[in-house]
Amino acid sequence: MTRNQPIIEVRGLSNRFGDQVVHDDLDLDVRRGEILGVVGGSGTGKSVLMRSVIGLQTPAAGEIRVFGEPMIGRDEEEAKHVRRRWGVLFQGGALFSTLTVAENIQVPIREFYPGIDHELQDEIAAYKISMSGLGSDAGAKYPAELSGGMRKRAGIARALALDPELLFLDEPTAGLDPIGAAAFDRLVGELREALGLTVFLITHDLDTLYAICDRVAVLADRKVVAIGTIPELLALDHEWIQDYFNGPRGRTAAAIDKAEKAEA
Amino acid sequence: MTVTADFNPSFENDRCVLRFSGNLTILRVRKLSEQLKAIEADKLVVDLSEVERMDTVGAWLVHKLERDRGAQIVGATEEQQLLIEHVTQADRPVKVHREPESAMFVVFGEMGAATQTAMKTMVGLVGFFGALLISTWNIIRHPRRFRFNAVVQRFDVVGVRALFIIGLMSFLVGIVIAQQGAVQLRQFGAEVFTVNLVGRSAIKELGVLMTAIMVAGRSGSAFAAQLGSMKLNEEVDAMRTIGVSPMEALVFPRVFATVMMMPLLGFYSAIIAIIGGGIFCWISLEIPPITFVQRIREIVPMTDLYQNLIKAPVFGMIIAMAGCYQGLQVEGNAEEVGLRTTTAVVQGIFLVIVLDAFFAVFFTSIGWL
Repeated sequence: MTRNQPIIEVRGLSNRFGDQVVHDDLDLDVRRGEILGVVGGSGTGKSVLMRSVIGLQTPAAGEIRVFGEPMIGRDEEEAKHVRRRWGVLFQGGALFSTLTVAENIQVPIREFYPGIDHELQDEIAAYKISMSGLGSDAGAKYPAELSGGMRKRAGIARALALDPELLFLDEPTAGLDPIGAAAFDRLVGELREALGLTVFLITHDLDTLYAICDRVAVLADRKVVAIGTIPELLALDHEWIQDYFNGPRGRTAAAIDKAEKAEA
Repeated sequence: MTVTADFNPSFENDRCVLRFSGNLTILRVRKLSEQLKAIEADKLVVDLSEVERMDTVGAWLVHKLERDRGAQIVGATEEQQLLIEHVTQADRPVKVHREPESAMFVVFGEMGAATQTAMKTMVGLVGFFGALLISTWNIIRHPRRFRFNAVVQRFDVVGVRALFIIGLMSFLVGIVIAQQGAVQLRQFGAEVFTVNLVGRSAIKELGVLMTAIMVAGRSGSAFAAQLGSMKLNEEVDAMRTIGVSPMEALVFPRVFATVMMMPLLGFYSAIIAIIGGGIFCWISLEIPPITFVQRIREIVPMTDLYQNLIKAPVFGMIIAMAGCYQGLQVEGNAEEVGLRTTTAVVQGIFLVIVLDAFFAVFFTSIGWL
């Protein structure tokens, strides 16, 4: 696989539930090393798109390649090798509720590298925990004892357990307070810098889009109607995109972004 | 491209140089960390110039060499340097394990907690009964608050839909009682008393008790799970803020429906058990149905039926109350719903059997033999 080949390629994807068509002939490329924001109104199939790419949802038609390897119709054993190269953060964190945070992080390590001794496993869990910005006592806690924001951080620590090249984030800042959300954006940006991640990020949060996304893909009318940097999208004459970025919230986020860039 | 990372220790100017090559990733660390421990030299130099790929685990190993053994790192690319710095920053003391508690403490702690829970449940159930009585009184005073549709729907779910399974169970139990009784009574040549056995036990005890167990399993658990998930979903809180009392809207219809349905189901169960026993007597003991029915009428006193009909609504109330009470106690996570549902069924059946014993003593002492 060459360096320039997209890390995720989606071609002609169709998804339908009964009569309801969610995606129809959808194409999408995610480039290596970028943070791609995926936006769209409620019910436009953002999560379904992510679930299709990571193989939780079998599409009605279409082709999906991740790391250049076809993902549809692969058997479990082969898919496993691809799976260890990505990490997924689900909306609610999806931590295993009967395990502590540290044990949650160790689950993928134990699954894929069973020979690693406990001491090293604990060390790995420990630095993943502090990398994801959790406090020093979080490792021994159960998910029920954590706040929503901490659960997301623990979720990202688990997603990063195997040093993935590709990270899927499903609305990571939803339900966080603005300070927590900004800190989370910074965390994703830093991790990308340090680990060279590619990030597929579903979000509603305009601040997140301005702060960390390299490109933004807009889902509407069962397709990706536009993909590009925010200035590129703003130049387009599409009703939803204009409403989205030029609504009151969009303008505020843009102004903040401008001010921050001027400061820097 | 080599898949693994190797390193060659070599000595240059009394310093031990570890020259890593290949991939320094999680795939290789198991062996590496053992090999690194085996090296006992002091002045270490880590040369990363031939490393192709390094992940955070590799960086962690390098960082540990630097931290614990004062190793000097040379030949790292900018990216690798960044990664090592990142890991170094993340090297803070983190509590990974819970502190183990002493066994004594755990045992006594659990005993204490169990006692406390039992007491709390007792008090809670009594309080819940009181709250139920208050809302019943409110509904009597304001009959328009009686939720007719909800109650009818519960009649269907608790009563009508249980008919098949309760009927089947009672029929089979009737046959088993008759068959086992006949085997024993034959030894005294008293086979004909099988009719007494089936008739009296079915009407007096079995019908209502089996029904209670089935209703606890079918409906008590369903109540706990329904109310539990509503509680989790904050539906119960939403109801309160709108001004609808969950006691009147959720608990009362369920308890009322169960109280009304239990005597009907208990009676039905007893009759089906007798039919089952009757069919066995007919086929196996050659007692014709006419004789069987006549004997039943002679043997079974009306007081047996009264006992059945008095016990059934009480049992129904206990089962429904245990279900609703446990459901409304759910807090926190979905796991709790499962635990509370189990508790509701166990508690319901346990209380039914305890009360049944009290009833037996009571009815005997007032002369309802």
